[in-house]
Amino acid sequence: MCEIHKLKMTNEELKNSFAQIFPAVTFDETGEFLTAFIPSEALLPVMKELRSKKELYFDYLFCLTCVDWKDHLMMVYFLNSKTHNHTIVVKAKITDTINPKIESVYDIWKTAELNEDEIFDLFGVNFLNHPNLRRIFLEDDWVGYPLRKNYVDEHMIEL
Amino acid sequence: MGLKDKLEFPGQVHETPDGGFMITKLDDVINWARSNSMWPLAFGTSCCAIEMMHTVNAKYDWSRFGFEVMRATPRQADLIIVSGTIVMKMAPVLKRLYDQMPEPRYVIAMGACTISGGPFFYNTYSVVKGIDHIIPVDVFVPGCPPRPEALLHSMIALQEKIKNDAYFRKQVDKK
Repeated sequence: MCEIHKLKMTNEELKNSFAQIFPAVTFDETGEFLTAFIPSEALLPVMKELRSKKELYFDYLFCLTCVDWKDHLMMVYFLNSKTHNHTIVVKAKITDTINPKIESVYDIWKTAELNEDEIFDLFGVNFLNHPNLRRIFLEDDWVGYPLRKNYVDEHMIEL
Repeated sequence: MGLKDKLEFPGQVHETPDGGFMITKLDDVINWARSNSMWPLAFGTSCCAIEMMHTVNAKYDWSRFGFEVMRATPRQADLIIVSGTIVMKMAPVLKRLYDQMPEPRYVIAMGACTISGGPFFYNTYSVVKGIDHIIPVDVFVPGCPPRPEALLHSMIALQEKIKNDAYFRKQVDKK
């Protein structure tokens, strides 16, 4: 246990290490975890590095979600390293809200398959190279994406 | 009216030295029997179901009132307690369960969600706003969730309803 604790990186070390992978990254430290912002085009190579780089080694994607900010969508990846016990949040902005798409991280973390199915179901984000993208909760013939801010249907009563 | 009166035989019992006899109406006896041996369907969709389980268990123990055994199949149940939120995807399942129950069948809508959608009434895409859109309801129990006492009260109210029913006579009239 002691040895693992020694390898845990501080936020400053995480920032430096991240900047080596992707220099154009910006950070936010107001939340519980260190948050890194990257463009959605750079997602896959950056994530691959985060997963494989020895001192980072983020082997566990413990939450994957999406936020609708009306003018853009923000993908949120919560990464944790079971080996080093450090955590980081990676956010990737999707500017195209009409036809949003981003690379799937299924190849890096298998757990992403169902998480991405859910985000596709409720936010309508298309994941490129996803093995089986489908409506996971709603019926297959459902029209629209209910967790989008602009979603309307005839059953819904607005407060 | 105490519990003893509720369970007491509906009619007059005349004691005689060699045993005695009773005078009653067939409808009353049948209703007395079936109201005191309701078999609920083991069906629960969310937090109200937890409260329903408490009502089953030792502290509240609905067996005392004749809700003896929970049935795992609708074909053997005559009461469905809809305990918890019903979403659009669950609605056809609930309808099907109800259709599979033999008549006479009864429905208790337990909790705010089943009455109107409750906390999910506004701004939701998935919740059915009251199960009476899907199946007919005999007793509504408000609460979020209702306490076991409230559920027991509703079940006793349902027993009253059954006792005042003329189900047997209706069957004869049909023929």
